[in-house]
Amino acid sequence: MATVPASAKVVVIGAGIVGNSLVHHLARLGWRDIVQLDKGPLPNPGGSTGHASNFIFTVDHSREITDLTLDSVKQYQEMGVFTQSGGFELARTEERMEELRRRMSSARAWGIEAELVSPDFVKEKVPFIETDQFIGAFWTPGVGVVDSLRAGTIMRERAMELDALTVVANVEVTGLDVEGGRIRRVRTDGGDIETEYVVIACGVWSPKIGDMAGVSIPLTPAVHQMISVGPCPQLAEREGEISFPIVRDMDTFCYERQHGADMEVGSYAHRAILHEPEEIPTIEQSKLSPTEMPFTSDDFDPQLEQAYELMPELLGAEGAEMRYAINGLLSLTCDGWPILGESEVQGLWTAAAVWIKEGPGVGRAVAEWMVNGHSEIDVSHSDIARFHPHQKRREHTRLRTTESFIKTYGIIHPAEQYESDRDQRLAPMHESQKKLGAVFFETGGWERPFWYESNAALLDQYGDAVMPREHEWDSRWWSPIINAEHLRMREAAGVIDLSAFEIFDIAGPGALAAVQMTCVAQCDVPVGKVVYTPVLDAAGGFRSDLTVMRLGEDHFRVVTGAAHGPADRQWFARHVPDGTTLTSRTDDVVTIGLWGPRARDILAGLTSDDVTDGGFGFLTCREIQVKGTAVLASRISYVGELGWELYVAADDAAGVWDTLLESGAAHGAVPVGIGVYGTTGRIEKGYRAFGYELDAERSIVEAGMQRPKVKAADFVGRDAYLAQRARLDSGEAPASVLCTLVVDDHTSASGVKRYMLGGEPILRRDGGTLTDGHGHHPYVTTAGSAPSLGKHLLLAYLPPEEAVIGNDLAVSYMEELYPVTVGSVDATPLLDPANERLR
Amino acid sequence: MSTLVCVKRVVDSSSEVVLTEDGQAVDGRYAGFTMSAHEECAVELAVRIGAATVMTLGDADAVEQLRAALAVGCEAATHVVADAQAFGPADVAREVAAIVRDGGHDLVLLGNDAADTGDFQVGIRLSYELGWPVVNGATLVSVDDGVVTAEVDGPDGHETYRVPLPAVVTVLEGGVAPRYPSVPGRMKAKKVPIEERQPSAAPAGPARVRLLLPPPAPSTVQVLGKGPEAAAAVVDLFEQLGVLAR
Repeated sequence: MATVPASAKVVVIGAGIVGNSLVHHLARLGWRDIVQLDKGPLPNPGGSTGHASNFIFTVDHSREITDLTLDSVKQYQEMGVFTQSGGFELARTEERMEELRRRMSSARAWGIEAELVSPDFVKEKVPFIETDQFIGAFWTPGVGVVDSLRAGTIMRERAMELDALTVVANVEVTGLDVEGGRIRRVRTDGGDIETEYVVIACGVWSPKIGDMAGVSIPLTPAVHQMISVGPCPQLAEREGEISFPIVRDMDTFCYERQHGADMEVGSYAHRAILHEPEEIPTIEQSKLSPTEMPFTSDDFDPQLEQAYELMPELLGAEGAEMRYAINGLLSLTCDGWPILGESEVQGLWTAAAVWIKEGPGVGRAVAEWMVNGHSEIDVSHSDIARFHPHQKRREHTRLRTTESFIKTYGIIHPAEQYESDRDQRLAPMHESQKKLGAVFFETGGWERPFWYESNAALLDQYGDAVMPREHEWDSRWWSPIINAEHLRMREAAGVIDLSAFEIFDIAGPGALAAVQMTCVAQCDVPVGKVVYTPVLDAAGGFRSDLTVMRLGEDHFRVVTGAAHGPADRQWFARHVPDGTTLTSRTDDVVTIGLWGPRARDILAGLTSDDVTDGGFGFLTCREIQVKGTAVLASRISYVGELGWELYVAADDAAGVWDTLLESGAAHGAVPVGIGVYGTTGRIEKGYRAFGYELDAERSIVEAGMQRPKVKAADFVGRDAYLAQRARLDSGEAPASVLCTLVVDDHTSASGVKRYMLGGEPILRRDGGTLTDGHGHHPYVTTAGSAPSLGKHLLLAYLPPEEAVIGNDLAVSYMEELYPVTVGSVDATPLLDPANERLR
Repeated sequence: MSTLVCVKRVVDSSSEVVLTEDGQAVDGRYAGFTMSAHEECAVELAVRIGAATVMTLGDADAVEQLRAALAVGCEAATHVVADAQAFGPADVAREVAAIVRDGGHDLVLLGNDAADTGDFQVGIRLSYELGWPVVNGATLVSVDDGVVTAEVDGPDGHETYRVPLPAVVTVLEGGVAPRYPSVPGRMKAKKVPIEERQPSAAPAGPARVRLLLPPPAPSTVQVLGKGPEAAAAVVDLFEQLGVLAR
């Protein structure tokens, strides 16, 4: 066995599916001197990979997870360890059938073969199933099982064949040395390793290892119960590991997966059983393996009955016994996403909270990210840099996963809110908002009013113009008050709490260079200018879009969204040279938006500063006095209206908020929620949002955001961006074009009008498939009411030949087609295309 | 004919044994709880003999072991609700005897010894208490026409005992393979009512000072050398072992 080397380029901690995939891809991409450690023996060191049920269902509502899964399947297939079995997801209720129809939308959007089928269809392929237990099923023929341990061995061997890898098993990491903000050394019980990079890929143990470097890896080991029943004669008579499709009994949160002569029954229906990484037994202490904890049968008994109801002849077969039962540990996170990427310690990377179905895809993505600075599949939702401080607490992870565990097979509305551990970050005007009947949604721990019940009276005023939704699903986590607030803002004005904005100041002699290098737009502008800019990765994909204010020659303020704020801050911090500082202002500066045709009148009544168009131009900022309080006002808008973002010291914010509401009331202004700011206001203007329209797989050209000129100064992604523009100039069509589509008719077969919520596939009028230049199928990136237009709008990237105004297409929603028409292409807004309202 | 089989909730000791801080018990945090392998065989034999009732003395958690026995075919269960740590072997024997007298059982099967404390006491004391014959360390037990046949593999060879009912037999693992529960068995076990009893008398206690772990066994690994230089030593060893011809 290999001994611990004294030095390495990179040390990968963990030899589960993730670590194994990672060393393979790092080696394939040219890295050498890779050392892989595990405290357990090979090929099964005792982590979650070793007891995984190893099946892969390919359709997920998230594109990121689906792409990682499909990439993983390809890799497993190439290694010869994938066995296709097909898989059913059963519905016992009509509510679940509706969810399966929504799953069909995702399958179509991501281009995965799937079909809704009858119980008899299921029975034909799974003869031992009782058809009276369910009403329908979602059939994915491409579902299969893998040998994840064998895959791991193959991938390690491939890296070793390249002379790139030294694997040392049975060695425990005892410390991580960080010096000057960089990882320097891994300490083990077999000796220390000097290294440039470390990747923590040790699943349920990752938090414990992260703590050694002061890095929070907020996941929790959680129990997933599984039993194995056999030998079942119906299974034993067929050769091989699997010859019947896998069944996910969605409404009982169980699955039944054949494994040779046995049927494995797994459950996500029991109470959340969480453990601490430090409490996981050692290999010696554990009966089976450290992550196969003693089975607690009481927790499983209800599922046993439900499984038996579904397959009585099989599970009750003569001689079939429960011969294996575990409380298997797996990793859960507070938001359900993996934890990938570089931590705040330079060179210290993570790849954890990953399922078997995503393992190889994650390995490839993280390896590409480490080697090239970006990955082909956008994994920004999984970026470890996303976590806000409150999310790094173990208590938060514990509370959120306790709440979400039961939702593993749940029906989750796209806007569904967590109930636990709320009220982490409250705006200074929170009390006022509560009195106004604010309905709070959470972003990055901030409680943000989505609408105000105090505006309910507006519903009568606007009548059907608020576009009420009669279907419960379409109107869940939604209110027509949002649209009423929208109309009032466009008619008079709205006051919007934007406290959640992530704000940081970059100051010092290197400040200009830092923002120039990170931002696409020209930031070498006069002091007092406001710049809206994309931020790219080296491949020209979006990392973010945000605004930069030049507050002084050597002082810039960056303002970005709460959800992606911490990742943006980390990205900028990596480009700030010594002697220049990056300071978070999120908690001490509060942003209040004031927009609408009366915004200027309202502000003029509160200040003696010149706020006329001549005196306070668009895309400028400066300090003004609002009723004696110093406020940094910035004339910009994300809702397409005249107005300002007002940056107020946190201590003054409640006062300014009250002042704006009181003085605004005389002009018809009302408090307006994020429902308008985040959706209706922007969608009418075709404004894009990071994480929806903008991600690392789309370019400025596709998003229609290119400006006439490219600044001379260098910036990350410049070469790629120039190449995209050159291709466009040479007449080559972009791979896709962002368009705004108008839904022409909402009437479903039942007569109920339906309203899409996002994620749905865009098809030809006759239901035919569209494919863009990436080989992807178009889907709705944002859906929302456009009350000022009286229409429901959809944003989607279309193949360029389809991106023609007036083009008749369709959107599939809950397995029905609705006619849509392309309303605009590129950046052109449907509302106020000349942007006169901004003046 | 009615059989009583006695089980005890113990820590699964098939992995490293960890003691609680006070040294009074084995810590089951990691390994979980079970009944001993001897008792699993006793349950299997009791089920084969038929009309088996399972009993235990322990806290509320010990119901798990009763349900496990019910799931593999025991038909009734009796739970003496008590802190097992406070009961010595004589106390336990007295409680089992009380159940036997009330329940009219005529055969009692026990494990040869408890997996956690290893006292080897209860069976003998129970037979004394009841005035019944006892066979110790049987691997196979059957009943025919009022006669118990118990097979014992002793150091001096194989012994077969025939004793008339009523009788006590302590079971050593190895004669039968205990079955795993079936799904219907487990579901049925969940629905069987468990008779709860209070101890018939205050326990005298185990008189145990504390448990101690034996010192770790010395490593038997001998490093023969490293790299190609080790080859000669390996060949020597293989020859000694007879794997290679000299």
